Parts: sequence; C-alpha cells; structure tokens
Amino acid sequence: MARTLLDKVWDAHAVRTLPSGQTQLLIGLHLIHEVTTPQAFQMLKDSKLKVRMPERTFGTLDHIIPTTDQTRPYADPLAEEMAVHMIRNMKEFNLPLFDMATGKQGIVHVIGPELGLSQPGMTIACGDSHTSTHGAVGAIAFGIGTTQVRDVLATQCLSMAKPKLRQVRVDGMLSKGVYAKDVILAIINQLGVKGGVGYAYEYAGPVIDRMTMEERLTVCNMSIEGAARFGYVNPDTTTIEYLRGRQYAPAGAAFDKAATWWKSIATEPGASFEDVARLDGGAIEPMVTWGINPGMSVGVSQRIPAPESAPEADRSTFREALAHMSFQAGQPIKGAKVDVAFVGSCTNGRLSDLRIAAEVAKKGKVARSVRALIVPGSQQVAKAAEAEGLHEIFQAAGFEWRKAGCSMCLGMNPDQLVGREMSASSSNRNFIGRQGSPTGRTLLMSPAMVAAAAITGAVADVREILK
Amino acid sequence: MSTTDFKRRQVVGRGIPVPGNDIDTDRIIPARFLKEVTFETMGEHAFEDAKKQNPEHPFNSPAYRGAAVLVVGQNFGCGSSREHAPQALMRWGIAAIVGGSFGEIFFGNCVMLGIPCLVASQADLEWLQKAIGREPQTPVAVDVEKQEVRFGDRAIKATVPAGPRNQLVAGTWDSTAVLLEAGAAIEATAGKLPYVKGY
Repeated sequence: MARTLLDKVWDAHAVRTLPSGQTQLLIGLHLIHEVTTPQAFQMLKDSKLKVRMPERTFGTLDHIIPTTDQTRPYADPLAEEMAVHMIRNMKEFNLPLFDMATGKQGIVHVIGPELGLSQPGMTIACGDSHTSTHGAVGAIAFGIGTTQVRDVLATQCLSMAKPKLRQVRVDGMLSKGVYAKDVILAIINQLGVKGGVGYAYEYAGPVIDRMTMEERLTVCNMSIEGAARFGYVNPDTTTIEYLRGRQYAPAGAAFDKAATWWKSIATEPGASFEDVARLDGGAIEPMVTWGINPGMSVGVSQRIPAPESAPEADRSTFREALAHMSFQAGQPIKGAKVDVAFVGSCTNGRLSDLRIAAEVAKKGKVARSVRALIVPGSQQVAKAAEAEGLHEIFQAAGFEWRKAGCSMCLGMNPDQLVGREMSASSSNRNFIGRQGSPTGRTLLMSPAMVAAAAITGAVADVREILK
Repeated sequence: MSTTDFKRRQVVGRGIPVPGNDIDTDRIIPARFLKEVTFETMGEHAFEDAKKQNPEHPFNSPAYRGAAVLVVGQNFGCGSSREHAPQALMRWGIAAIVGGSFGEIFFGNCVMLGIPCLVASQADLEWLQKAIGREPQTPVAVDVEKQEVRFGDRAIKATVPAGPRNQLVAGTWDSTAVLLEAGAAIEATAGKLPYVKGY
C-alpha cells in the first residue's frame, strides 16, 4: 500500500507502543529557547536526570531579546534573568547555544532551517507552537509544552498519538502581489481555526510545488493557527537545493546519499488521506485579518463580514471581534487606519520577506502617523539583508531597522503596542493582547501588505502600489 | 505522595463556566507574564487581562471562588504552546476541564499535569454552564473512567481519547518514568535512522 511521509517518518521514529496505546516517538531534533525551558531544566535537576542525547538539542535566545540595545544586562531585569538561566542551563548540561556572539542567533524557527539543522525525515520538537514551520523541509515538527521539553531532554522521546492526515492542495497559479502568507491565511479561512483539530496537513499542489523553501516555511508556520499541530511539504529538488551547503546539512558524498533518502520518504503516488481540501490559488487575493483569530480574514478588496454570515456557534466570537477591533460589519477592510507596521517573526522574518517589503518601501515614505519596524528573523538574515543594502532602503523610507528576535509578534520584549494601537503585522496571531497591549489590535497580512500599509497609513492593496 | 495520588479516575469539585469559543492561551495568560523562570506565580495571572476588561468575567466572581471544574466552549486553549496556561489554571484551582474541543498542545500539556480535558456536546455544555451558573455550590463530578460528567441528578456524556484516558486513570500521566522504561530501545531506534547513524 502506498505510504505517506507521515507514515514513514512516524514508523521510523516509533520506539514502542506505550501501555496507554500512544506511540513512544523518538525526537530527532530538539530546539529550545529561553522562555519555555527554565522549568524543564529545573525538573531535570530535581529528578537528578541527565540529557539523554545532548548532541540532538540546540538552543537560542529569541523571545525576550531587545531589538535595539542588546547590551547586557538587559534593561528589563526579568528578561535578563531568563537569559542568565538559559545561558547557565546550556552550559551546565553542555548543550550548544546560538547566542549573540555566534552571529547565528535568531528566532528558533528561522535558524533551524537556515543552519541546516532541520532536515527532511526528522521528527522535530520545540517548546513553541510554531515549530510546525520546520515541516516545510519535509519533517514532522510540532510544538510541545515545558513538561514535554523535560521529557525530550531526559528521554529524547515523547508520548504521542498519530494524527489523521489531510492533504491541502493549492491548485492553479498565484497572481502578482499574492504571497505565501496570503495562501496560508486563505487556507485557514477556508478550513477554519478549529478545522485541523486531530489532523496534520500535507500541503501539495502546483502552487506549493512552485514555492521556494522560504515560502513553504511561511505556509507550514501557520498550520497551528488552523489547529493542525503540524504540516509538511514533501521533500523535492527545492528542498535538496535549499539544504545543500548549509552548516549542519551533510556534506560531500553524504549529501547525495542524504538527498536520496530524503526523496524516498516523500508521500508515494496513490497514498490515501483522511480527506483532501482544495483551494484555487488563482482566486486568492492579498489577505487581511479583521478579527481576533487568524481565520477571521478577507481579501483586501472585500468587506468585513456580518456575524449573521457565520455559523450560529461562532457568532458571539464574531461580535466580540468587531467590538474589540472597533469595526462595523460591511465596512471595507481597505482604508482601515493603522498606527504601527511590523515586518518580522517566524512567519515572515526571512530574507525573501524583507526583500519584498523593501520593494514596496521604495515606493514611498512611512506615513507620519505610523511607527514602522523591520525586525530580521536572525542575525544571518540581518547580515544578508544589510549586504544587499535593504536596511538603507528601509531607513530611507522611515522604517526602523532592528536586531533579530521575536519582537512585536508577542511583545515579550520592549516592542509592544500601546493602548488601542492598530498594527499591520506580518506575524501569525491577532489574538486579543497578543502584541503586548491588552487592548491593542492586530491586522495580519503579508510583509508586502504591511509595507504598503506603512506608507499609506492604512490598509492598502499592495497590487496597486507595485503596479 | 503515594502512587494512588496520580490516578485521575474522577475529579469532583465546584464548577466555573467560561463561555465562548476559540479562547487562546494568550488570553488565558498573556505573554508578558511568561517572563518567569518558575511556574509558581502563574495562578495569580490566569485570565488577567480578560478579568480587568470584563468585571463580569467568571474568574472575578466570588460565586466561583474555589471552583475546580472549568466548563468551556470550542477550541479552548488554541494558539501558543505555553504550558504556563494550564499551569495558571491549575494553580488557580482548576483540576479538570470540560469543553467542546481543545487546542491539541494545550490538551497534551494538561495530560502532562494530570488535568483531564473531556469533550461534551454543544447542547450539553450549554446546559452545564447554565446549571452551574444557577447553582455554583453544587459539585460537578468529572468521571474520566466512565466518560461522563454528573451535576445534580443529571449525567452527560463526556469523552477522552483512550490513550490519555488510560494515562489519567492509571496514574501514568507523569510520562518521564514511562518513557525511560523503553531503555536501550531508544538508542536502538535512533541508531537505525540515517541522519543519526550517518549517511
């Protein structure tokens, strides 16, 4: 019987069936950061346990990192304390840490693929829900909680149930001005924010096949926003060429052997899925969220829907969203005023994202009423962008050019919304309070659309600017 | 603690309804309260912003103080993987959750903490939330083993998938010891993987 990538990777990593009926799954790559690990290390110490396979865990600092002045100690004593714990724990357990001095620090989901740590056929876990990002290279990659981080450190394993598999096919061709972010927002809009409960998503179809690795990373990143714990793209030539020459990827003859294995783990023709969802890529517009979860989105030319258009059970959330955002049903999303523009995050903080935003930034100046931040996803992204002069384009247009970190995606550092500010954001969540202000408001969109909003001072159609 | 303390056959306690769907973990505990190296203070921040913005929030109500059974809607605990969310609820006093569906990482985190999350029908949830609202002092019995929730003289069906149910009922939800039992099979599995053994 034809097998899927999920079947093959799952079986290869299954240590045994547990008495509970779940699978004891070996974790091939464990990525950690400062926020969800100190308690795990403490539990390890309390139980006098060692790290089972120290060569399979890598760490970085990302969530709490200031993006302006990074001199230690950090101005925020709580952030400093978290950094101190992370550095101390990594040293104590002899685990590699990509800190500032390495030049390789960055958002954990940006540096994993960038360093070639994340490879096809692996199981990858990290105490962060956006670990689904790494599925883009053909891995089974998912977020875990802190107690599970302890389990991976102590046993290199997790107790897991195999999810059902849905293939999400995006057919046709994207039009100009429509990006990977728009594709995933359209997918979540169609399948719903609860649609993926119990499922993993296999992204396929011509639109996905044509995507670069960075675009696939954006798509897989937001799998969790549609409630799919992980999503992946089958490894192909794009995957292999992306990994060639990366620091932790195999080199020389081993690379060719690895590439052969990577291709062999792809889903076989004729494999069956629990179900298949289809989208017409050609019908996708630049997308903008108008509400308080990532499924509440419309094409930029559309109007904000009325609660009555939603299923009965979702109407109260719809009303809550309209009230929080101060939007009226039927109002066009285009023209909604923004106060802040943020390009960055594990969703859209890679070099290609910055290039697209810079293209748009060349077309104007940041509106006087807008505070605009460009936060590269990693030190390496920042360096590459600076080598191309992107930082100068941004600065000339009035954007702030910051240092790498998670920044305003979740506002654990000083980059936060203030009061009811409205943010045009290339990040992944528009939850109430997400960007640091309990009353702040978030409009999710592609980096191109964020740059367009920055120079317009309101939600704008980037296709008109790029014309 | 004796080993029986880990068994979660049944949780009995007063209820607290938090209606609404898609309540994410940022809402349960905003990111700015995650800047802690322990979970100790998390209970104080459960639903902090929601409580401040809405004086009527159930977590503000003296009627529900001391409640142990949280009754929610669909997709509760979606979003961020932060274990701080179930930790905050647990430290506030929540010992079991009944809802329409759960974010999967949240659900898994709850299992790791021995907090059963049971799934009930929309109609039953609405009834239970209203019933608790009328009689907040009446205990709610969350029966993990029988997969039902009892309130007064009525019992509703509430399910937990077999894997976590077995873990909770048998008291094996604290998984490190169970995973370590695999012993050398862990290294044996790793040793067969091309990317571990070398290409």
